[in-house]
Order: sequence, then structure tokens, then C-alpha cells
Amino acid sequence: MREPMLLEFRDVNTHYGDLHVLKQVNYAIGKGEIIALLGGNACGKSTTMKTIMGVVRPTSGTVQFDGKAIERLPTAERVRRGIAPVLEARRLFPRMTVFENLEMGAYLRKRGTEFDEDLERVYDLFPRVKERRNQIAGTLSGGEQQMVAMGRALMARPRLLCMDEPSMGLSPRYVEQVFDIIQAINRQGTTIFMVEQNANMALSIAHRAYVLQTGQVVLSGTAEELRRNPLIREAYLGEMQVPAG
Amino acid sequence: MTTFDLLLQQTINGLSLGAMYSLLALGFTLVYGILELINFAHFNVFMVGSFIAMGTLQLFGLHGQEVILTGMPLALVLIAAFTVTMVASGALGVAIEVLSLRPLRNVKGPAAMITTIGVSYILFNVVLLNQGADAKNFPNPMPAKRFHIEGATLDLRVILIWIVALVLMVGLYLFVQRSKMGKAMRATAQDPEAARMMGVEVDKVIITAFFLGSALAGAGGMIFGLYYNFTSFIIGFTAGLRAFTAAVLGGIGNVPGAMVGGVLIGLIEAMAGQFIATAWADVIIFSILVLVLVFKPAGLFGRLAPQKS
Repeated sequence: MREPMLLEFRDVNTHYGDLHVLKQVNYAIGKGEIIALLGGNACGKSTTMKTIMGVVRPTSGTVQFDGKAIERLPTAERVRRGIAPVLEARRLFPRMTVFENLEMGAYLRKRGTEFDEDLERVYDLFPRVKERRNQIAGTLSGGEQQMVAMGRALMARPRLLCMDEPSMGLSPRYVEQVFDIIQAINRQGTTIFMVEQNANMALSIAHRAYVLQTGQVVLSGTAEELRRNPLIREAYLGEMQVPAG
Repeated sequence: MTTFDLLLQQTINGLSLGAMYSLLALGFTLVYGILELINFAHFNVFMVGSFIAMGTLQLFGLHGQEVILTGMPLALVLIAAFTVTMVASGALGVAIEVLSLRPLRNVKGPAAMITTIGVSYILFNVVLLNQGADAKNFPNPMPAKRFHIEGATLDLRVILIWIVALVLMVGLYLFVQRSKMGKAMRATAQDPEAARMMGVEVDKVIITAFFLGSALAGAGGMIFGLYYNFTSFIIGFTAGLRAFTAAVLGGIGNVPGAMVGGVLIGLIEAMAGQFIATAWADVIIFSILVLVLVFKPAGLFGRLAPQKS
């Protein structure tokens, strides 16, 4: 039998009241992959993230993590099993220090050598976060906040990192840096599922990608295939060539 | 007495009232910070707390002001009575949250707030029916020892009230700042959804906020009894409204703000009573509430309300 996928959506539907958001959605994310989820506004990307974290429950279909159904589990249990989010717009705890934000990332874990190791790892990846560790998180720049948000997620020692728009609102210099670090985190063994508006950057580091349109997966394939797809070039890549550099 | 003596005396009185209002204001602020809910039941948790304290002291054989204790027996009786009162009041707060507020968690609008008013009246009437309408003589085992500072007097029990209030407030502050649950409370107040996604179980945080707030209200109720030597089913509304004003004054949701706000309200009440007229104290206090709401809606120290997402 083949090894189970790390995360799998099977025919998932979600609703907000009468609004049908995700429609028969299927994703399969293997261990060690970087998967990008592309799509325009209000196409269901953030709902996908919320469904993984258990903030939104599917109305039908299953969500499996490491071969086990998780769609009925509370959020805390999902975090405990190894799913950690990097939320859209960072969503740090603005009046807590950077260090306290990192602590919150490790909320379900005991303090001890593992915590210290992970803290070292985060400080190695983000020297800037170490410098700012005693600063109030809300006073950092957008790019620094994104570093803290990623560090906070890593403090959970996740097997799957779900990133919602990691490049949003960042200057091009920080976007490069963030994507480099995403690759570094992936090389250290963490699977990454990322929602991204910046298709160009996302496809440059992703192994595979899915394209969502009004709640449906309309296209999927390797990053290379999607980069060559005329539809993608027109809809997502063309407009992204302007703000280069 | 000279004006200076009066000022000193009213500062002493005001700090005692303020200690009580601060303890009570913390409960409003803790719950508001997390749920954005004004918990009117809190008024009468304070009142029930003073009755629990009275009952506990009576269990120790203390009635009225007949029995005076000193030294170790006094310390033990007071610690035991504060502990029982705080745990029982905290449990009452948790029961209110679990039985009457949790079922309404996802109901939008003022349903939860209206419910807290209903619960407040239930507590009020249950105590009225059980204990009657007349004021009760609250046991006070403390010796009537007084110190004189210039022309002002400082009672031993006032010092004790200050110490208890200070210990509880410092304890709460350290809990909120340092403990894991305290950090989860702050995180939830700042961004409930993000906190949940870190693995924080928000229901546990809410229960903790109700327990701590109600326990402090219970302590405040016991202090009320020790300070005024009486309690009654009716004490919740005035003290509750003043404490609520204190929480708004300090910035509702802000823990240190509630402490400072309580002390300020206590001082204002004492000074107004001395230098203007007791009848004007509430007029002044609530005028300040209105002015704060108009000119500094976030309170003197800003508000730590959750961010809307």
C-alpha cells in the first residue's frame, strides 16, 4: 500500500449560511511537498485554510491528516497532531512581546529542551526575530511581523505548515526573503501548503499547485506545467511582472 | 481637624473604598476583555460573596463584633474565610457562565448581556427571600486598634484591607502576565481566532476569566462587610455601578487600568463626600463616567479589546 498523503480533502463542501463556498474540493498533499493554492479573491482559498484548522467545518466530505479523518476534531487537537497556521495578515498578538508570541505558538507543548531547540532554530532562521524578541509585536514592521508569524508557527514543531498569503503587504525585498525561508523550512522536513496571490513567486518554489475558481478546483499540476499553462499565464502571471525588483 | 487632616483622612477612606472597587472592576474587565460582554451578574456575585463571607465567619463562631481575635487565630480565620469566599464566589461565576451564557455564545446582539441582567436579579431575589430585607450585622473579629497620623486615624482593619487587596491584585497581575493560562487569556483578548489556532481552548479561557473575576468580587464583598460592618441584599447595585465606572475609566479590558480606575473612584467618592456632600458623590462619579465616554472613550489607559476580524 502506498504511503498515505499527509493531507487530503475528499469531496469537501463548505457553506457560510446559504453561501456555498468550497464545492466538491479535492486536494492531496504528500509529505515533504510545497503546494501552492492559487486563485483570485473570494474563491475559497482562506476557507480552505480555515477548514484545515477546524475553524470552518465541512458540510460534507472528509479531511484526512496522515491517513486519519480530522474534520470533526477541535482546532486544538489538530494543532497537537502537527498542523500549524501562518495566518493571513500575520495576526500576531499585537500587545504581547515577540517572545510571548513565539511561546503562544508552542502553547500545547511542554517547556523543555525541545522548546529551547525550536527557539534556537527559529532564531537561526530569523536573526531579526531574535534581535526583537523583547519588543511589543504590534510595533514591528510588516516584514518583521511576517517573520514572527512564521517563527510562531514553527514553534509548534508542525508537520504541515499552512500559510495564508505569506507575501501579502510585504515589500519585494521581504517577499524574496520570505520565500527563501519557506524553502529552507521545507528542506528541514516540513510540508507546506500555501495560499498565495503572488502566483509567480509561489510557482517558483512550489512543487505542485491547485487553482481555485469560485470554490472549485479548476486546474492542478506541477508548478512547471502550470507556469506554461496559457490560462495561468494570462490570469495570474501577467499582472505579476510589473512590481519586479 | 485641619484641611490637611481631612484630606489625609479621606485619602485613607478613599483608598479603602478604592481597593474594593478595584477588585470588583477587575471582574468586569477580565470578562469584557475576552467576550466583549458587560456582565451585570457581577454586581450581585459581589453581594453573594459578602453573604458567603458572613456565613463562613459565623461558622467560626463569630457573630457581630462580640468576638475579638488577635495574632495567629485572627490571621488563620481571615485567610480561611477569604479562601472559602473566593472559591465559592468563583464557582458561582463559573456556574453563571456555563449555565446561562455558554448556550448563547453564538447568538449575536445583546442576548448575553440581557441574560446577565436576568441572572443578577435572580441572585438578588434569592438572597432577599433567604436572608430577608434587613441589613445583617457582619462579623468583625478584628481588634479596634487605631493609629494616629497627624489628625487622621488609620484603623488596623483598613491596613488589612489594603494588604489583602494589594496581594490579590499583584497576584492577578502576575498570573495574567506570567502564567501560561494568563498568556492565553491575553492572546484570546487580542485575537480570539488566532489564539484558537495556536491550540488555545477558548472555553477554558472564558471559564478562567469568570472564576478569577468572581473570586475577586467575592473578596471585594468580604471587604465590604469588614469595612462597613454590615451586609445586605441591596449592596450590589451601587458598588457594582461604581466599579463598572472604574473599569470604564481605566479602559475596560485593561487589567492595570481597572486597578487604577477603582482607586480613583474610591478617592473621588471619599473626597466628594467630605468636601461637597455625600449626596453628590454619585453625581460626580457618574458625571465623570459620561465625560470619559465622551472625550476618552477608550478610558484613561486605553482599551485592550479584541480586534475584530
